[in-house]
Amino acid sequence: MPEAGRKPGPSGARPVPFRGGGFRPTSKATVSAIVFVILIALWEAGSQTGVISDLVLPAPSLAFAAFMQLVESGLLWKHLGASLQRLIVGWTSGTVLGVIVGLMIGLFSVARAGLSPLVSAIFPIPKIALLPLFIIWFGIGEGSKVATILFGTFFPTVIATYGGVDNVDRGLIRMGQSFNLSWASIVRKIIFPGALPAILSGFRISASIAIILLVAAEMIGAEFGVGAYILLAGSLMATDQLIAGVAMLSVMGLTVAWIIGKAEAYLLRWRA
Amino acid sequence: MDLRLSGISHTYDDVAVLRDITLDVGRGEIVCVVGPSGCGKSTLLRFIGGLERPAAGDVMLVGDPPAGSLNPLTYIFQDFALLPWRTVEGNISLVLEDHGMAGAERDGVIADVLARTKLSDFRRAFPRQLSGGMKQRVAIARALAVRPAIMLMDEPLSALDSQTRELLMDDLVGLWTRERFTAVYVTHNLQEAVRLGHKIVVLSRRPGTIREIVAIDRDLSDRNFADPDLEEKQTHLWTLMREEAQAADRELIDA
Repeated sequence: MPEAGRKPGPSGARPVPFRGGGFRPTSKATVSAIVFVILIALWEAGSQTGVISDLVLPAPSLAFAAFMQLVESGLLWKHLGASLQRLIVGWTSGTVLGVIVGLMIGLFSVARAGLSPLVSAIFPIPKIALLPLFIIWFGIGEGSKVATILFGTFFPTVIATYGGVDNVDRGLIRMGQSFNLSWASIVRKIIFPGALPAILSGFRISASIAIILLVAAEMIGAEFGVGAYILLAGSLMATDQLIAGVAMLSVMGLTVAWIIGKAEAYLLRWRA
Repeated sequence: MDLRLSGISHTYDDVAVLRDITLDVGRGEIVCVVGPSGCGKSTLLRFIGGLERPAAGDVMLVGDPPAGSLNPLTYIFQDFALLPWRTVEGNISLVLEDHGMAGAERDGVIADVLARTKLSDFRRAFPRQLSGGMKQRVAIARALAVRPAIMLMDEPLSALDSQTRELLMDDLVGLWTRERFTAVYVTHNLQEAVRLGHKIVVLSRRPGTIREIVAIDRDLSDRNFADPDLEEKQTHLWTLMREEAQAADRELIDA
């Protein structure tokens, strides 16, 4: 602190020591990139020098080679296509149903009393544990895989949505009533946009859950899919392929987070 | 259209908030309701607007609303109640859409009320970009858009700093001089009451009853700063309220 050390003035006056500042995170995009690069460089260096045995953890270059092999064999698109299809169908239907049920719980006391304990009871059950049941109910094909993702994304969306509805400023609703807006208008123009920030942050969580469940869903009877690829690599102890597959999941997660970020920036542009 | 309140009493969970309020509001008249905090003045306004029902007594409308009035009883809220996700014109459009008004007609009404409140340059701004005073002007424009017969103003200037409050009071005086609107104006600020009220209803502390109704005959546009007559009225109001406010201040909220 240079201020504190400054010499007192002629009349013994000295500047007030500065105690403010800080506690204000700013975005420094380069730092995150640098951390990423340094980490991978260290890992690669460790593998090259033999500090990290390839048996324990394959070098990033080996994982990349496994990935390139996947690209060249043309299997990448088959795996990726199968997984993306399951993700999109499962996540979309799960969140659409979740938003509808969440709005119902938020708006109707009967729905709240009937459904919210049910949601609390089923949400914590790991959907992986229910996979055998899903296979019996929806078949060993796409049905059970999509259902796993659907169930996994449905519950967090319900909770985020009705939490958002509960937090809508009651003053705005009263304003709507005082101007004789219809019930449907109040829901569509006041409650839904007011709950949208919470719904979108629910989307962030449900999208990550969908990717986590993808691997579980592809455990049984999937020929193609990133999850199936990872599981096969795992059972063959092909750790380079395993790392390549896991990195693909990470990239998927980053992409989804980026897309939701863009959607937030557009839909919530009215926020500061 | 006139407003007639008769014998309004109300209790919230055994706590009496209002007792036997009887009051007439005539056309073109601004009636200010003042009283210590917690005396039920905002509750009374919610009864008048039909947002809540009193336990006893009636709120009656006498006569028909003027032709073309879309929402005869229209509120202006203390916290403005603007939708943050809609622009200035979107917020005004909101209250017209449900009356089946669309296209050029709606645009015309929006342009008209924005011009009357001097907001035409802010048409596409979001509420977060506006100062408190501008937000309340938008709320006033929104209220004017539905052509109210009676405006119900719930401490409309209380969230604003004193300079903005002066400016908006001038605006309201100008608006009344041009349009002669009817209003029930709830406030705890005696200066506002003396500037804007034709009748000032002084409520006692909880349970609120009418202690006195003070009439001020002078035309709104002739009421100036430091007018001795108005000063005297304000002092009189304060003597009426002082004890009530003191006692109300010392009450436990849940007692």
